[in-house]
Amino acid sequence: MYIIKEKRELSQGVKLFVMDAPLIAKKCRPGQFVILRIDEDGERIPLTIADFDRKAGTITLIFQEVGNTTRQLGMLNVGDSLLDLAGPLGTATEIEKFGTVICVGGGIGVAPLYPIARAYKEAGNTVISIIGARNSALLILEQEMAAVSDELIITTDDGSKGRKGLVIDPLQEILVQKTVDRVMAIGPVIMMKSVAKVTRPHNVHTLVSLNPIMVDGTGMCGGCRVSVGNKNKFACVDGPEFDAHLVDFDGLMARQRMYHDYERGSKRCGGDCACHQ
Amino acid sequence: MSSVKHPMPEQPAHERRRNFSEVELGYDEATAQAEAARCLQCKTAPCRQGCPVEINIPAFIKHIREGSYLEAIEEIKTKNNLPAVCGRVCPQEDQCEKLCVLAKKGQPVGIGRLERFAADFARNRPPRKTAPPSDEPAGKVAVIGGGPAGLTVAGDLARLGYKVTIFEALHAPGGVLMYGIPEFRLPKDIVRTEIEELKQMGVDIVVNAIIGKTFTIDELLQEEGYDAVFIGTGAGLPHFMDIPGENLNGVYSANEFLTRVNLMKAYRFPQSGTPVHIGRRVAVVGAGNVAMDAARTSLRLGADTVYIVYRRSEEEMPARQEELEHAKEEGVEFRLLTNPVGILGNEQGWVKGLECIRMELGEPDASGRRKPVPVPNSNFILDVDTVIMAIGQGPNPLVQQTTPGLAVDKRGNIIADESGKTSKEGVFAGGDIVTGAATVILAMGAGKKAAASIHEYIQNKRKRDRN
Ligand SMILES: Cc1cc2nc3c(=O)[nH]c(=O)nc-3n(C[C@H](O)[C@H](O)[C@H](O)COP(=O)(O)OP(=O)(O)OC[C@H]3O[C@@H](n4cnc5c(N)ncnc54)[C@H](O)[C@@H]3O)c2cc1C
Ligand SMILES: Cc1cc2nc3c(=O)[nH]c(=O)nc-3n(C[C@H](O)[C@H](O)[C@H](O)COP(=O)(O)OP(=O)(O)OC[C@H]3O[C@@H](n4cnc5c(N)ncnc54)[C@H](O)[C@@H]3O)c2cc1C
Ligand code: SF4
Ligand code: SF4
Ligand code: FES
Repeated sequence: MYIIKEKRELSQGVKLFVMDAPLIAKKCRPGQFVILRIDEDGERIPLTIADFDRKAGTITLIFQEVGNTTRQLGMLNVGDSLLDLAGPLGTATEIEKFGTVICVGGGIGVAPLYPIARAYKEAGNTVISIIGARNSALLILEQEMAAVSDELIITTDDGSKGRKGLVIDPLQEILVQKTVDRVMAIGPVIMMKSVAKVTRPHNVHTLVSLNPIMVDGTGMCGGCRVSVGNKNKFACVDGPEFDAHLVDFDGLMARQRMYHDYERGSKRCGGDCACHQ
Repeated sequence: MSSVKHPMPEQPAHERRRNFSEVELGYDEATAQAEAARCLQCKTAPCRQGCPVEINIPAFIKHIREGSYLEAIEEIKTKNNLPAVCGRVCPQEDQCEKLCVLAKKGQPVGIGRLERFAADFARNRPPRKTAPPSDEPAGKVAVIGGGPAGLTVAGDLARLGYKVTIFEALHAPGGVLMYGIPEFRLPKDIVRTEIEELKQMGVDIVVNAIIGKTFTIDELLQEEGYDAVFIGTGAGLPHFMDIPGENLNGVYSANEFLTRVNLMKAYRFPQSGTPVHIGRRVAVVGAGNVAMDAARTSLRLGADTVYIVYRRSEEEMPARQEELEHAKEEGVEFRLLTNPVGILGNEQGWVKGLECIRMELGEPDASGRRKPVPVPNSNFILDVDTVIMAIGQGPNPLVQQTTPGLAVDKRGNIIADESGKTSKEGVFAGGDIVTGAATVILAMGAGKKAAASIHEYIQNKRKRDRN
């Protein structure tokens, strides 16, 4: 049993859990994720480890309520527990002193980005972070990101905070102005795709963290396969981070829609039940 | 006396092809006794040579014949911790029954069916209480992977007084027994009960523990105080064909498809949270047991037409005869001497057809089987909306990559000798991770040998340390 020690709502539909998970907390590194299952009938879903405290034996998960499982998760409270929590999974981010690193985060993608940005900073890099959301209410981890970045740029689609526009606008400007040694981008697939497009002409090594549909997370099912440089990779073990300039983003987006109609027809708590009215 | 095995009753094909209940229903007492009476109680018992876990076959059959079913199961369990599983899925025709003297003139004794009968009979009785060993354990052993190989090692060592912990990556132990072999061939309750008995013997099972990630082998040996480690991680890495269109929606590996249905119970979606996509027309590529399971599962999920697409002919099919027949009876259609060359998709990225080429058999290849060669210009399109790849599995590399000093062959399988010893001290391995995908009973046989050599290794080490 894995107990929820702390719960916070970061923005509308985005929640943070601090979970009791000493074995995972001991081993995990930035870039890795867990797979959880709420109850006996539950789906296995992956969530990134957004932070960890090795001494306290806890990990932090931040998730957006997008469908049945994440919504059911959001209804749990401090003291409740999850049936299964497996990890740490995936390959950790390569952390070295590269020089200047730009961290780009969109929406919920800022959550997995935070421990990576912090590790880059601790390794002696100059970290410029660009985080964006549709509006100011949906921005998360602003203070945390500011604390680990030499410079933090905020964008919102509607201009309610920071610059009006997309995260790629400031990115493009910086790439023209200075030498950048590495870019790490995490967010909606469409955002990662456009970041790749922007950095490609500048020849900057760019990494993205992919979120295909997963089942086991151990390399056993092949459901998480994505085409990278025209070769199939299993995101759960070979990734989730890949060279953005080689990823087939369109293929990834198509595969993410595989169960769209099924999820809509699902009668498990989808927010239409009594407890949601 | 009858020269054929007593048939086992089964659900009629037209009914069972749409439900997930067990196909074969098992012997009743009278049939079991009659079948047991066919056994000649040979002194030399050649059948025993065919059983990798060395069950005393005539002895347990004699008990059944005498109506002492609990004695029968006690006898079996001195050698085999998973009799209800083996009685169902062992390829008996290639193991014990192949060597039965009766097989020379007619059909062998239905050893597997009798084993199943005894196990099922005992299942409905309260389990025998085996108190966990209370005095100082003989040693501490970690088992990686809760499949048949790992479960066997755990059971044997627990019986010898060891403290055994199984580390399993998934949320349930059982390996392929839980996630691969379907409910209608091996009900999951049966697997659970047999594993529960191991727990009662004092075996600890830690689920959600991925070795190579949560712990490494070196940490288990050096920091966690284990005297030895057994690796039984199986052949879980699915192969794809590397043909165009394999990433379209509607293309599954058999592992993913079967895991969604068996482990995650997608056939009960939406009560269970995990969906599975099943189209109207399904092509399963491959012709082993895994392919038959995927095909028969597709029918049960409601597909109208299910094809097995296989590049050789029926003679070369690796599936068990029984599985093949069951699949045919249920209406699976076979497209033999046919090889996929590409998968066609629609604008939304879903499968709309499987392009195939006809094959013919040429010269025998290295394996002695005639090599299939494509017939030029014979391409055609099979009208399907789901494709399931069941063309084999390789070893998952997680443990090997994180264990320095552990030798692997060029396929990535762990190298171990007959007794399960690997190149690394204190580390043993067996089952599919060593042999490549094989069978439940071979994995268990390897587990038995490894348990014996782990016992010897630890006791010798203790002696040396004392001197
Ligand atoms: C490595 C990795 C790390 C992730 N980290 C985070 C995170 O830190 N925070 C966060 O909010 N989200 C994260 N996600 C996405 C998260 O797993 C999905 O949002 C979640 O599974 C949706 O489940 P649902 O039942 O609520 O929604 P559903 O209604 O089932 O699906 C909504 C969408 O989520 C995706 N999805 C569904 N099931 C899965 C699955 N088993 N695996 C992956 N995606 C799925 C599909 O694209 C689907 O269209 C991560 C995904 C991956 C692969
Ligand atoms: C669909 C299907 C049908 C089959 N039908 C039959 C049949 O009818 N008869 C028959 O005899 N055989 C059959 N087989 C083959 C048989 O199931 C296997 O040969 C047998 O299960 C191998 O046992 P194992 O213990 O070596 O490995 P597995 O059963 O594969 O178990 C390995 C276990 O290790 C776990 N694991 C892997 N990596 C790690 C890690 N890093 N850390 C922790 N745990 C890990 C896995 O999750 C798994 O639970 C079938 C196989 C399949 C896939
Ligand atoms: S375990 Fe398998 S091989 Fe051994 S006696 Fe039973 S059916 Fe035969
Ligand atoms: S060989 Fe056949 S007949 Fe002889 S003991 Fe074994 S099962 Fe009985
Ligand atoms: S999730 Fe199954 S292989 Fe990656």
